[in-house]
Amino acid sequence: MSNAVVAQHQAAEQLHPVLGRLGWEALPLHEPILIATFIAVALGGLTVFALITKFRLWGYLWRDWVTSIDHKKIGIMYMILGIVMLLRGFADALMMRAHQAMSFGENVGFLPPHHYDQVFTAHGVIMIFFVAMPFVTGFMNYVVPLQIGARDVAFPFLNNFSFWMTAGGAVLVMISLFVGEFAKTGWLAYPPLSGILASPDVGVDYYLWSLQIAGVGTTLSGINLIATIIKMRAPGMTMMKMPVFTWTSLCTNVLIVATFPVLAATLALLTADRYLGTNFFTNDLGGNAMLYVNLIWIWGHPEVYILVLPIFGIFSEVVSTFSRKKLFGYASMVYATVVITILSYLVWLHHFFTMGSGASVNSFFGITTMIISIPTGAKIFNWLFTMYRGRIKFEVPMLWTVGFMITFTVGGMTGVLLAVPAADFVLHNSLFLIAHFHNVIIGGVVFGAFAGINYWFPKAFGFRLDAFWGKVSFWCWFIGFWVAFTPLYIMGLMGVTRRVSHFDDMSLQPYFVVAAIGGGIVALGIAAFLIQIAVSIWRRKELRDTTGDIWGGRTLEWSTSSPPPDYNFAFTPIAHEMDAWHDMKQRGVERPKKGFVAIHMPKNTGAGFVIAMLATAMGFALIWHMYILAALGLAATVIASIVHTFNYDRDFHIPADAVTRTEDERTRALAAAATSAA
Amino acid sequence: MKPHGDIAQQQAQLIVTSTLLMLLIIVPVIALTLFFAFRYRQSNTEATYSPDWDHSTRLELVIWGAPLLIIIALGAITWISTHKLDPFRPLDRISESKPLPADVKPMVVYAVSMDWKWLFIYPEQGIATINELAAPVDRPIHFRFTSTTVMNTFYVPALAGMIYTMPGMETQLHAVINKAGVYDGLSAHYSGAGFSDMRFKFHGLSDEAFAAWVAKNKAGGNTLTRADYLKLEQPSAKEPIQRFANVEPGLWSAIVDRCVDGKKMCSSQMMAIDAAGGAGKGGVASTMRSSWRDADGNKRERYVVAALCTPTNPLGLPIEIEAGASDATTVATAPKN
Repeated sequence: MSNAVVAQHQAAEQLHPVLGRLGWEALPLHEPILIATFIAVALGGLTVFALITKFRLWGYLWRDWVTSIDHKKIGIMYMILGIVMLLRGFADALMMRAHQAMSFGENVGFLPPHHYDQVFTAHGVIMIFFVAMPFVTGFMNYVVPLQIGARDVAFPFLNNFSFWMTAGGAVLVMISLFVGEFAKTGWLAYPPLSGILASPDVGVDYYLWSLQIAGVGTTLSGINLIATIIKMRAPGMTMMKMPVFTWTSLCTNVLIVATFPVLAATLALLTADRYLGTNFFTNDLGGNAMLYVNLIWIWGHPEVYILVLPIFGIFSEVVSTFSRKKLFGYASMVYATVVITILSYLVWLHHFFTMGSGASVNSFFGITTMIISIPTGAKIFNWLFTMYRGRIKFEVPMLWTVGFMITFTVGGMTGVLLAVPAADFVLHNSLFLIAHFHNVIIGGVVFGAFAGINYWFPKAFGFRLDAFWGKVSFWCWFIGFWVAFTPLYIMGLMGVTRRVSHFDDMSLQPYFVVAAIGGGIVALGIAAFLIQIAVSIWRRKELRDTTGDIWGGRTLEWSTSSPPPDYNFAFTPIAHEMDAWHDMKQRGVERPKKGFVAIHMPKNTGAGFVIAMLATAMGFALIWHMYILAALGLAATVIASIVHTFNYDRDFHIPADAVTRTEDERTRALAAAATSAA
Repeated sequence: MKPHGDIAQQQAQLIVTSTLLMLLIIVPVIALTLFFAFRYRQSNTEATYSPDWDHSTRLELVIWGAPLLIIIALGAITWISTHKLDPFRPLDRISESKPLPADVKPMVVYAVSMDWKWLFIYPEQGIATINELAAPVDRPIHFRFTSTTVMNTFYVPALAGMIYTMPGMETQLHAVINKAGVYDGLSAHYSGAGFSDMRFKFHGLSDEAFAAWVAKNKAGGNTLTRADYLKLEQPSAKEPIQRFANVEPGLWSAIVDRCVDGKKMCSSQMMAIDAAGGAGKGGVASTMRSSWRDADGNKRERYVVAALCTPTNPLGLPIEIEAGASDATTVATAPKN
C-alpha cells in the first residue's frame, strides 16, 4: 500500500462519514469579535432578504442579473462584488492598524496572534483576489466590448460562469469567518508553514479551494476577453487604432491566461501535499519549499501587472478626455504596455533576493526589474505631455488621475530601490516593503478603480456621480494614504518588520498611532464614496445625462446611449481613426435613424450560476474532508455542465421594431437635450 | 537606519545613493505634474491649447532616454554592489578605514531558527546559546543558517541585511560589527503564532568582554546534546536565554541534514543515493511513520525515510567533518558501502 493511501485510511478513521472534520467546535463561539460581526452580518443579510422579498425583487434579480449573460450587467456585478469585499478587506486593515497602535509593552492589543495572523492573511488575499481582481475584470467586461464596437463578449455564457466562480471563491472566504478559520500563513501561504504539519487546521484549505475556484473564473474570463478583443473589433479598428484601455486589457488577459494556470498548478501541488501525503514542498521526503516560492512568484509578479495594466488604460482614457486632447504618444504607450507584459515574466526572483541566490542571479533579476521602470516611466511622461497644452477639466476622475501620478511615482521609486538586491537585504519583509506595495496598489489600482468608477458610472446608469462627495472621497483617500503609510516607510528604514502582533519598543508607538489615524481618514474616504453613491441615486434626476457622452469622450462607448441598449450598437460602427467616436464627431457623422433590423443576441441562462455554486459546494466539502459530499458535488458539477451542453435554446432575436422603438426614444432624448442646451 | 557594522553601513549608503539618483527624475516628474495641472487648467484661457498635438520625436527620445540613462547608472551600481555585498562572500575589509588583517580568521556562528527561538552554536568556542548572540568588535563573523521547521529570516538591522533561514537548506552571511553595543535581532519572516517574540539581543563586545562572555557560557558546564535539541525543538515562545558550555559533536550538520534523532535518514545521504540513481521501489520499504510535535496536543504523523545503518555506523548517524574546516554547503557525507 502506498503512503498516500495509508495516510488517507488513517485520516478517514477519525472523520465523520458525512460531516468530515466539521463539528460544533468549528463555530467561533468563544470569539466575541466574530460573534458581533456574525450578528451584524446576519441582521444585514436578513434585512436585505426581507427588502427583496417585500418588493418582490427575487424574480427580477434572477432573470435580469443572476442569469444575465449581458457583459454590461456582469461587469456591474463584478464591481459590486469588489466593493462589498473592499469593505471586508478594509475592516481587516482597520483592525490591524488599531491592534498595532495598541499592542505595546504590557498591552497585548485586542487580537490574539491566532486571530491577528488570520486577519493579515485574509486582508491580503481578499484585497488582491476579491477586490482588485473583480474591479479590473469588471471594468474590462463592461468597457472593452463597448470600446471595440461589439455587442457582447465572444463567449457570453462563459462570462456569466466566470463571474459566479469568482463570487463562489469570495463566498468561501467569507464562510471561513464564521465556520472554522482562515489561513494563518500570510497571503501567499509559503510552505512548510502552510503544510499539513505546521497548519493542520482548515485555514489553508479554505485558502486553497477559494483561490482555486476563483482562479478558474479568472482564467476563463481571460480567454474570453482575448477572443473578444482579437476577433470582435469593429471593422476598420486595426490593432494600432484600438483604444489604449483595450490594449492594456488585451495584455492583461494574455498575462492572466499565461500565469493563472501556474497558480492553479502550484495550489494543486500544495493541496496534494496536504490531502494526499505527497511531498512536493516538504523537507523529509526530498521535496523543497523553494519550489513553491519560485512557482508562486512566477504567477505572483505578473499578477501585479494584471492588476495595474488595465488601470493604466483607465488613466490614459481619463487624462485624454479631461485634457480634451489626443493622448500623447499612443504608439509608445502601446509598446510600453507590451514591453511591461513581457518583462513581467522575467523578474519574479526579486521577491526573494534574500533566500540565498548567488550575486549574479540576484543582479540579473534586480536589473530586469529596474528595466520595467523605463516603459512605466514613459507612460507617466505620456500622461504628463497629454496634459501639456490641454484644457484640463478637474472632474473627479481627473483628480484621481493627478493624485495617482504623484503617488504612484513615489511608489515606483521605492520599488526600484527594493530592486537593488543589496538594499533589499535591508528592506525586505520590512514595513518599507509594505508601504511600497500599498503605495503602488492603492496609489495605482485603487485610485484608478475610483477614477474608472466615476468616469464610466454615468455610462452604466445614465446619471453622474455626485461631484462633491466624490471630491471628499478623493481627498480623504489621498491624505489618509500618506498619513497611514509615511510612518510605515520611516519605520521600515528603522528595521521594523511586517506581520508582528506585539511590540516591546515603546518608541515605535507614535508611528503606529499616526498610521492608525491615516487608516481612519481612509475609512472616511470609503464612507464618502458610499455616501456619494447614495446621494447620486437620490439626486439621479438632477444628475441625469441624456446625451450618452457626458464628458465629451473619444472612444466608441460614448457613442451609445447611457445606459447602452442591450445590444450596445444598432449597427456595428466603423472605425477610421484611433479615437473613433471623436473622429465621428469631428466628421459630423449622422446617427442612423431608420432601417433597423432584428438583432441576434445570446439568451440568459441559469447554468453558469448553478454550476459555479455546485463547484463552490464541492470546495466547501473538500475543505472539511466531507468526501461523500465532495464526490456528489463533483458529479453534480460535471453532470450540470454536460446537461448545459444539450441546451440548444441559447439565442433569440431582438425584433426590428423593438430596436426601432429603443433607437427612436434615443433620437427624441438627444433632440430634447440639444433643445435644452440651446 | 543606524548601521554599526560595515555591511549595514554600505547597504545604508547604497540606499541613499540610489534614492538620490532616482530623485533626479522623480522630482521633475512630480513638479511637472503639478505645474501642468495648474497651468493648463480649464479656466486659464491664456495657456496654449493644441488638441491634436500628440507626437514629438524629440520628446519621445527624452521620455525613453532619461529613465534609460538613470537605469544604466543604477544597473551598474546594482551589479557592483550585489557582488560586493553578497552575503556568501567573505569580507575584504573590517570597515572603511580598517583593512582586513592578513591572519584574521572569521568567527563561525551556526544559527538555527526554531519555533520560536534562536539557537546559536559557536564551534570555535564550543559553546551554544538560546536567544542571545555575541561577537567581538571588528572581527569578521561567518554565519551559517538553517531552520528546524518553517522559514524565518535572521536580521540584525545594525549589523547587516537579512537572510532567510530555511529547513533542510543552509544559507550564509559574512558580516562584522564595528562598535560595541547591544543591538536588536529578530526574525523578519512570519513563521507562526510565536513569531512576534522571536527576538534576541546581539552584543557587540570588546575582545576582553567577549572572552568574559564565553567564560560565562562555559561556567554552567552543561552540554547541548541531541536529546536536549529534540526537546528545544518543540514549539515555545518567549524562551529565556539559555547557555551551554559544550555542544555534542555533529549536532549542526545533523540539524541541516534533518536527522538529529538518529532515526531518520540524513538528507545528504538521501541525495547521495538519488544522485547515484536512487533506490527504486526499495526506497519505499525504508519509509516509516514518525510522530511530529505531539507536545502541542495535535497528534500528527508524517512519513520519513528511516536511517541507514552500516557495520561501521550502526546507528546511521551522520559523519562529522571538523567544524569550520570547509565552506561547502554539504557537511555530512553518505556512508560508503
